Formats: sequence, C-alpha cells, structure tokens
Amino acid sequence: MDDLLVDFLTETNESLAELDVALVTLERTPDDESTLSFIFRLVHTIKGTCGFLGLPRLERVAHAGENVLGKIRDKALVVTPDIVSQILMALDRIKTIVGHLGSAGTEPAGDDADLIALLNATATGVPSGVPSGIPSGQHAEPERIEDRATPQTAADPPSASNAVQTIRVTVDVLEDLMTLVSELVLTRNQLLQLARTQENSAFAVPLQRLSHITSDLQEGVMKTRMQPIGNAWNKLPRLVRDLSHEMGKKIELVMLGAETELDRQVLELIKDPLTHMVRNSGDHGLETPAERRAAGKPETGRVTLTALHEGGYIIIEIADDGRGLAVDRIRAKAVSNGLATEAELAGMTDEQILRFIFRAGFSTASTITAVSGRGVGMDVVKTNIEKIGGTIDLKNRPGHGTTFTIKIPLTLAIVSALIVEAGGERFAIPQLSVVELVRAQRDADGLSESVIERINGTPVLRLRNRLLPLVGLSDLLALGKSASSDLGTTIVVAQVGSNLLGIIVDRVFDTEEIVVKPVAPILRHVTMFSGNTILGDGSVIMILDPNGIARATGVGAGGESRPGAAAPAETVQSEDKTTVLLFRANAGQKMAVPLGLVARLEDIPRDRIETSCGTPVTQYRGRLMPLVPISGVYDATLACQPVLVFADRDRTMGLMVDAITDVVDDRLVIELSAAQPGLLGSAVIRGEATDVIDTGYWLTQAARDWFDGAALPGESVRVRRLLIVDDNAFFRQLLVPTLSAAGYHVTAAASAADALQMRDAGALFDAIISDIDMPDMDGLSFARAVRASGPWARLPMVALTARAEPLDIERGHEAGFTEYVTKSRRDALVSALRACLTERVAA
Amino acid sequence: MPSDVLERPAVDTADDRVFVMLTVAEQICGVPVETVRDILGEQVITRIPLAPAEIAGSLNLRGRIVTAVDLRRRLRLPPAPEGTKPMSVVAEHGGELYALLVDQVSEVLSLRSDAFEHNPATLEPAWAAFS
Repeated sequence: MDDLLVDFLTETNESLAELDVALVTLERTPDDESTLSFIFRLVHTIKGTCGFLGLPRLERVAHAGENVLGKIRDKALVVTPDIVSQILMALDRIKTIVGHLGSAGTEPAGDDADLIALLNATATGVPSGVPSGIPSGQHAEPERIEDRATPQTAADPPSASNAVQTIRVTVDVLEDLMTLVSELVLTRNQLLQLARTQENSAFAVPLQRLSHITSDLQEGVMKTRMQPIGNAWNKLPRLVRDLSHEMGKKIELVMLGAETELDRQVLELIKDPLTHMVRNSGDHGLETPAERRAAGKPETGRVTLTALHEGGYIIIEIADDGRGLAVDRIRAKAVSNGLATEAELAGMTDEQILRFIFRAGFSTASTITAVSGRGVGMDVVKTNIEKIGGTIDLKNRPGHGTTFTIKIPLTLAIVSALIVEAGGERFAIPQLSVVELVRAQRDADGLSESVIERINGTPVLRLRNRLLPLVGLSDLLALGKSASSDLGTTIVVAQVGSNLLGIIVDRVFDTEEIVVKPVAPILRHVTMFSGNTILGDGSVIMILDPNGIARATGVGAGGESRPGAAAPAETVQSEDKTTVLLFRANAGQKMAVPLGLVARLEDIPRDRIETSCGTPVTQYRGRLMPLVPISGVYDATLACQPVLVFADRDRTMGLMVDAITDVVDDRLVIELSAAQPGLLGSAVIRGEATDVIDTGYWLTQAARDWFDGAALPGESVRVRRLLIVDDNAFFRQLLVPTLSAAGYHVTAAASAADALQMRDAGALFDAIISDIDMPDMDGLSFARAVRASGPWARLPMVALTARAEPLDIERGHEAGFTEYVTKSRRDALVSALRACLTERVAA
Repeated sequence: MPSDVLERPAVDTADDRVFVMLTVAEQICGVPVETVRDILGEQVITRIPLAPAEIAGSLNLRGRIVTAVDLRRRLRLPPAPEGTKPMSVVAEHGGELYALLVDQVSEVLSLRSDAFEHNPATLEPAWAAFS
C-alpha cells in the first residue's frame, strides 16, 4: 500500500470520528453554522482526496453527502434528524469502504446507488422518509460509541488495525518519556553497580530482567523520537523553486534517503543549517543557464541532498554540480578580511584555504543577494553542527561543483563513555573519541616497551615508532600529584580531529552508558568539559571533551587546519607548523631537528659505549649502532650520553648531543642556509635562532652508503611549489626540510592516490617528485595517470628511486618522467629539479 | 547567583514574606522560601576542576545535577573549621538548581515587608551585591 493511501486512511479515520461527534452536535443545535461548516469541510476534504487518489466509489458517496450538507449550509434544507441519519448512513458507508481499503488496499466491490439516490433526493428537496432498515439517529449513536471503542464493527475488523497504526502524541509527552527513561537507565546502572558487590544475591536474576527491559524500553522510546530526515527537507523544494525564479537559474533538487531516521532533537538543530546550505548551493554554487551552457553542462543545475546511516552517525551530503569554490577569491577575501596574511596563505593547501569559508566574518558572494548573504555564513552552520557533536567537510571540484559532508550523531541523549580516574577524581571520556588504551610505565627501567619519557618535562610516549604527545590529566586539571605515580599508568589515546593525543590517567574503570547533561552556566567557560552526568553509583561525574583538552594543550590548535576526514592524505607542509625536537650540542649551541625524523631518544650509559673501527658504537637492541658525535669529538666524561636515534628500515644510527631540551610546534622556515656541513641552516624557533641539522649528512657520517652524496647547501631559488610522492615517511620527512632549505615550497603525499586526490581538489605545483616503488599504484602508473589528463599533465616529473638500471630509467621516461634520479643522490635531485624548472620557464 | 535576600521591589505591599533562615559563619541570612527547593544534609560533592573557587562541586539531587556554591567562599568568609558538616539549601535560579553550602539551617520565618530595611551604605560591596 503506498504511503499516500496510508496517510489518507489515517486522516480519514480521524475525520470520521470527528464527524460523528459533530453531526450529533448539529442535530442538537441545527443553527450552529460553525459546526455545519466544519462538517462540510471535513466531508469535502474526504471527497477531494478520494478523487485525487482514484477512489470512485468513496468519492461518489462523499459527494452525495456533501451535496446534502451544501444545501443545509445554503439554508435550502433544514436540519432534521432524518437528514442527519442519512448523512450518518453515508458516513457509515464511507467507513465500510475505508475499512476495506485498509485491509485490502482497494475499494470493495458494491453499489451505493440506493444511498446516493436517497441523498440526492434529500438534496433536491424531495421529501422522503427514512426507509425501514436504515438506523435512525437514536440508533446511530450507540453504534457510534461502539465504533470508537473498537473502531469498526465485526463486519469490518481490519479497520481497527488501521486506527491504531498511528496516534498523535505531543512532543512534550515524548520528551518527558525520554527524560524518564534516561533516569531509569541511571537507576538501573545504580542497581547493577550495587548488585556487583553482592554475590549470589536473590536480586540478581530479576535485576537482569529489569536491565534487559530497561534497555528495550530505552530503545523503544528512542525510536519514538526518531523522525525521517525528510521532515527537515520538506520546505526545501519550495525554497529551491523560489530561488530559481529569483535568481533566473534552473535548479533541480534531488533528495535521496529522505526516509533516513534520526533523533528529533538533532533534526530540529540541523534544519536551519541545511536550509542555509541548500540555499547557498543554489545561490553561490550553481551558475546561470547561460554560464552552464558555455561550460558545456546541462542548463539545469542540480542540487543533491543525500542522507544515510553510517555507524552511530548520519551522513548528510549537499552536493551541487556548479562552478565549485574559487580558491583564488577565497584567498583574496581571507587577506582582505584580515583572516590570514599572504605569507600564511602561501603555505596552505587549497583544502586549508577552502576552510576559510567556515570562519566568522567570511562571505564570498561579492554582492549580497536577497537569498543568501544575510550575515549568517557558513561559520554559523559549522558552529551549529559542532554544537551537536558533528563535523562538516567540503570537497571542491573546480568547474564540477562542491560537496559538503555533514556527519552528526544519531542521538545526543545517551553516549557510551569510558570512566577514568585522575588525581582522585573520576571523569568520563566519550568512547567515540577513544582510539586505544596503552598501559605504560612512568620513567621505569627501560626494558618495557611503553615508557613515558620526558623531554624538558613534556611527557611523550613512543608508540609503534611514533612519538605520541601526552598530557597528564591531573596536571591539566590542576588536581595535584596523582597518588599512584610510581606504578604503572594508563594512557588513553584519543583522536582529536586528525591528531592523536595521549591522556595520562591513573586508572581506568569500565565503560558506561551515560546521559549527557549540560554543565551549569557558571561552568561553561571551562572548555575541558562537554557536560556532566550521574553514574551508576549515584555520583556526579564530569565528561571530558577531548577537543577542549587538545585546544588547551595546543595539539592540532583550532579545527581549521584539520584535513578533511574524507581525504586523509598525509601531507607535510613546509610552512606549516612542524613538531621540532630541540637539543644542545657543540658547546651549548641550540639545534633542532624535525621530530618526525627521530625514531627514538636514548640515554646511553657511558660504559655501554664501545669503540669499533675507531668510531664509537653501542649495542642497541641486539645490534651495533654507530654513534656520531655532532661536535666531531666524543666527550667521554659524560656519565650518560643523550642520543637521537635515526632509523630507516633496519638501519639505525645515533647522533650524540649534549642535551635534549624540548619539543615544540613551530614553523620550520630555514632563513639562513649554512656553509657548515651537517647543518641545513638557521631557523627562528620560539623566537630564538636555532640551527637545523641536516639529518642526511649525519646519516652518511654513520654509514657511507646510507646515501652516497653529501648534503647540498641550500641555495635560494624563486619559490616553486613541489609535490613529493613517497610512501616512505622517513624519506618524506627527510626531503621536505632539504628541499625547503633549497627554497622550495614542499607538499608531501603518502601515496599516488593521495596525490591524484590533491590534483582533483585543484592543488597546483611546479614540479612533482615521485618514488617508483610504492604499494597500490607505483610511480610509473602514477606518471601515466598524471600525463593522461588534468592540470598536471605538463608538469615536470622527477622519479626518485633506488633502482637506477638503464632499463629502469628508460621505463621511467616512457611512463612520462622528465628526470630520473637515484635516492642516494640528493644533490642530483636538486640540480635535476632546477634543470627541469628552468627548462619550463624557457619553454 | 541566587541572592541571599531577594532585592525588594521599590514599592511593596505590607504583605508578609517568608524566609528560610540560615547561618554562615555565625551570620544569619534569609532566603525567600519560594526560591528554595530542598534542604539537604551533608552530601557527596564531586569537585569540578578549574571551576571558580566558590564552586564547591556538583551533587546529585534525585537525578538532577546541582551545582554547589560554597557560601563562605562566595561571601569571603573564613573557611569552615575542620569537621563541620555543611548543609545545603537548594535554590532555583534561571532554570538551574544551585546548592548553597551553609553551616546551619534554622527555621522558616515570616517577616513583615514593611520591616524591611535597606542595606547599610557601609556594607562591603561583595556583600551588598547579594543582599
């Protein structure tokens, strides 16, 4: 049965019930015009809808009834019990038909000629008595009551199911139910907690049942709050229609997944942002028919709304096939609005620049139209969506349109949370942001894999060969020293945007379903908390907001630079903030190295440093590791030698320094290039001039064959943008500073697919450097893909590989590489780059 | 912040007003009875890190989370001596519940509005703001 018919049946059943009452009222007070017109309207509606739905039998009966009522309304007839009975007969007939419709989906076979003739006779004023067998008014009433109790008589049972299929309940009732269920869940949790401490309690079994029932009830009540997202969309077709008239554009609105259900509360909150975004897509995104024709697109622009479930989230996409966002205009606007400087923008990817549209005080439409541009911009949209724990991302395909993707939780009311303890207090961390739990030792013997190390007091953890920044929860919340600090501790690894952050806690309890309640207004300024709740044991607990913690500690500061979740391409930007390890060497000289290059930090006791072939070495993880003193001389007086360990595949080397001082996030811009070998140059880090070491040089000091060439002294060239594609993070980290020092703006991609994604997103470069051996898509296929089409087709491409047989080189050139350089020859790389870039300028 | 003594409208009738009398560091204060929702004995209060000093924490009042305000700190009175068990006067303000931690809740008094006197002009501003 189609939805339209179901709606009609529901509505008609309601109307019929009302008609019964109204007709009786009319019989008693025949002159009451309001009742009369009410009845007339209801019958008229039924008739109208029948005609629309193609239900001829129903329509004829309703029409005949309406005729009589029309006459009464026009005062051509006087209301008599007989007339009322006739109309009631008509209604009963309608009920019969509607009942059959409900059960079978079609009108029952049959003829209503007698009834219609009777009604028509009454309407035309021919006096006719009530034929015998037709119930009079007095009879009709008890029958009616019966009707309402069991909406249809035995002759028509199916209609009963029809009547109970839907009922209308006010939202308040549902909200109250939800609150009550939330409380019930809390009480249940409380009981379970109590029961856990008592073994063999007689309550255990009934409690278990109670628990299940509560869960089911919770689910059921949640379901009542679920509404199809189409309810938030139903104003949009009209909006788009008006918009297309106003703007002189042809717009088609496609809505997919309108039946996707989500919590009413969430639905209310996204209604306005969605409306705004659809309006934006039509207004800014789509071109005029003339422009579209010129661009070779169909005249009618299309705005597509899609909704779907994914995990505990709902994904909503708003896509248009318009001109896409103009990066240049956004860039110019960001500068003119003072949101960023040219220099800052120069170092940003297009994705980062596009995200400026989510910043307050930004609107790209140069003229303010009546449609959008009313001071509410995408920043309000973003704020509203983030308020309900959602995220918004955008994908831009210049010339092909823009897609906004919104990800929001299905419900806000109940979340699963991890309960932790720090400084003697308990806190809840939403399970959604917890990636893993790591058990770690505090400053222990060095034998364990997970040891919290401190770099100038800043705790870090080596987790699977990556350094994870840590924050101590008790320090952060000023709770004082934790009691169990000598023993093991647990680190909650939390995902904050695209960054990972380790939160040191003293203990981890378990996970609990919690009902998020907002904190009191007086505490709203403490951004570390997203709410509070009552635990199973009845105590109040604060809910931590990992985003707030990250903001407070400077990890991934601000959401603006967060790369889109849909495109997790790992990019390293030379002008972006880099995490830098600071140390001292060469008699107190401040030095720095990108932290990503450093595999580990070690303090090696002096007696474990041995000499092999005249150079210091140490036994490290069962192998000999060469140690290179950065100062050139090995100072044997230190009791413990701080060492930076660099590793690539199975090779390691240790760089001996005087002291490791700090880890900072700063822009690594090499301002002076150094004449001294082993240094890339100097950069201002934390306001102090710091030497940045050339890791490559020191690697070759440890092992001649690490790379064959010596380091290249940086040389200033006109700023060119380079793209490095290499699956090896070590090489990326190595090349970005080297090439930055040589005066290039460098962007790195971890795979050919990521690189192609950047191309499709509209990123522009002057040259591409690519590895050959890469998983999935190798360098050769990548080169072919680049050459095949797109804006990069004519860019110089340099292959960088370990394989340099003539055959390999030939194959590289065939695939489209301009130059072919072996990985060990970094000087050759720079000269190759220079050669092809000059060539390009000349051409 | 709920006020300790509701500011009196400029023109008032001579109707009686009912106050809950409480003691903070030997100072007797009154809270209009209609704003008081509950009087509680000693409660388990969860500390809230980084909150303003006068916020003692939050407590669970039959499933509602109530923010506890240390009235001594708020009124810049010396901290309670060790071992005192504070009582809570739960008052509603702007749709939110707050628990005022006080030393003692004594009685409910009906006071005549015309007996109301304005604050002495010399009252410390920190106090004048709430009385």
